[in-house]
Amino acid sequence: MGKVLMKGNEALAEAAVRAGCRLYCGYPITPQTELMEYLSGRLPEVGGQFVQAESEVSAISMLYGAASTGYRVITASSGPGFSLKQEGISYMASQNLPGVIVDVCRYGSGLGLICPGQGDYFQATKGGGHGDYRLPVYAPHTLQECVDLVTLAFEKAEEYLTPVILLTDGALGQMMEGVELPEMQPVDPDKPWALKGKGEGEYRFLITDAYGGPAYDEGLRKKYKQIEDREQRWESIETEDADIILVAYGTSARICKRAVKMGRAQGIRLGLIRPVTLWPFPFQAFRPVRDTAQAFLSVEMSAIGQMVEDVALAVKGKAPVHVYTAGMVPPKEQRILTMAREILDGKLEEVF
Amino acid sequence: MGKEYKGPDCIKGTSGYCAGCGHGIINRLIAEVLEEMGLEKKTIISLAVGCSCIMGDYVEVDKIQAPHGRAPATATGIKRMRPDNLVLTYQGDGDIASIGCAEIIHAAARNEKITTIFVNNGVYGMTGGQMAPTTLPHQVTATSPRGRDTSLTGMPVKLSEMIAVLPVAYVARGSVHNPASIKKTKSYIKKAIQAQVDKEGFSMVEVLAPCPTNWHLSPLASMERIEQEVIPYYTPGELVKKEGV
Repeated sequence: MGKVLMKGNEALAEAAVRAGCRLYCGYPITPQTELMEYLSGRLPEVGGQFVQAESEVSAISMLYGAASTGYRVITASSGPGFSLKQEGISYMASQNLPGVIVDVCRYGSGLGLICPGQGDYFQATKGGGHGDYRLPVYAPHTLQECVDLVTLAFEKAEEYLTPVILLTDGALGQMMEGVELPEMQPVDPDKPWALKGKGEGEYRFLITDAYGGPAYDEGLRKKYKQIEDREQRWESIETEDADIILVAYGTSARICKRAVKMGRAQGIRLGLIRPVTLWPFPFQAFRPVRDTAQAFLSVEMSAIGQMVEDVALAVKGKAPVHVYTAGMVPPKEQRILTMAREILDGKLEEVF
Repeated sequence: MGKEYKGPDCIKGTSGYCAGCGHGIINRLIAEVLEEMGLEKKTIISLAVGCSCIMGDYVEVDKIQAPHGRAPATATGIKRMRPDNLVLTYQGDGDIASIGCAEIIHAAARNEKITTIFVNNGVYGMTGGQMAPTTLPHQVTATSPRGRDTSLTGMPVKLSEMIAVLPVAYVARGSVHNPASIKKTKSYIKKAIQAQVDKEGFSMVEVLAPCPTNWHLSPLASMERIEQEVIPYYTPGELVKKEGV
């Protein structure tokens, strides 16, 4: 099968179906809505279920119930809706249930704006809901990567028995690009942990393992350490000899890729670390370069900077860390180059 | 030799409920009905938060602990993926009529093929007897120390009547305050489950139940209070049923 031209939200939705996903439940919100509209028609064609829920709170509880049956399931939202989902995400994490939650990130707190943003970084990567948990967070920067990572997200969700977040944004959701879609995967809900009625065996009661005593704590530590050790993913571009290494994901990373080329053409040695997993944050990517680069610049579509804190943790004080907080207007290549010059001239104050 | 009275096989050990609690009776009725209908092996229960979830420890069928109020949404997800299973929600009045009001109304509005058992004892039991949407006028609770003031808190919610205006399969309200009402309630639970088995749509049984601990009454006086004070406001009977049943 060759490439097809698709809208981001729809390409992601189709890839989910092909990954074996058989339920979507959600609530309309811009800029996620095309994803649910597409699946409302598509899922019944493959014997799947589409439920338009009365709220995001209800939708994530539906996902939680559906995930417990062993099927691959997905929901998607944005901004205020993603906040409402945190209750059920915490329950899914506590009961070790797999599922994929897409946040097509919009800009701002409260109602915010419908334009693309990256202000849900903390909420996605640091837990989001109540209690101790982390979720693998994948951050695609092209539509092909949306397609590839949703497939991977379902696999990792089942491998580690955890919900997984796919963090895209309004630009990636709404733009069109050519994508190559994977083949249809078979559906296999017959998992050993799935609820299906006790039959002739022992009954199952899915409730948090915390009731089992302190072994629960050790289990959490082990689970999340294992994911941190094994699942860091990133792309490094021209970082070996870079004086300034940009750090950016998603839409910001697309702009940074161009900035690296433009900078090098003008004699500014820029590089880029593009985290593909935001949690676990790719600390491993920084180890070979934190002593060689003169500075790091986190480029983000947030007003006050969020990922920059993880960049600082990764750099470990070996070099100054700066931030370009683009806010509601996507970052500009020229601004990145100007900041790079200012950093090299010692005119820009670092944040860490 | 006397007659041997045997409990349902899927109830193991003791419940852990307070003395005189209504939940134990209702759990037993559910277990009896499931076994009589041969459904216990394919049952999945979505459990509410509160005293309801004590059921999890000793009724041996598949269960999932739902978030507070969200048991009907969780059950929806299960039933949609496993339509051949029997899917129940088991919820108290604080859970279903307050924090979970949206979830139950919309599960009923979608005519989701699940069955809800709604235990109405008029208080939040597990947290220590606070006022619920179902608390009767002038009733003293932990958060209505001078009695429920309806001028500020409104009148008790009649959830079954609210559900009954929707196009659902079966709605009934029973009680467990004496043997006759217990028997009647069991027949309601059976009909509600049969409605799901027959794929007719959403079914619900509200059960008026005592909470001696938080009512600060003896178990016996609690049963008498249901007869004298609760039933006059919450009329028992079948609110929605198929013609001829």
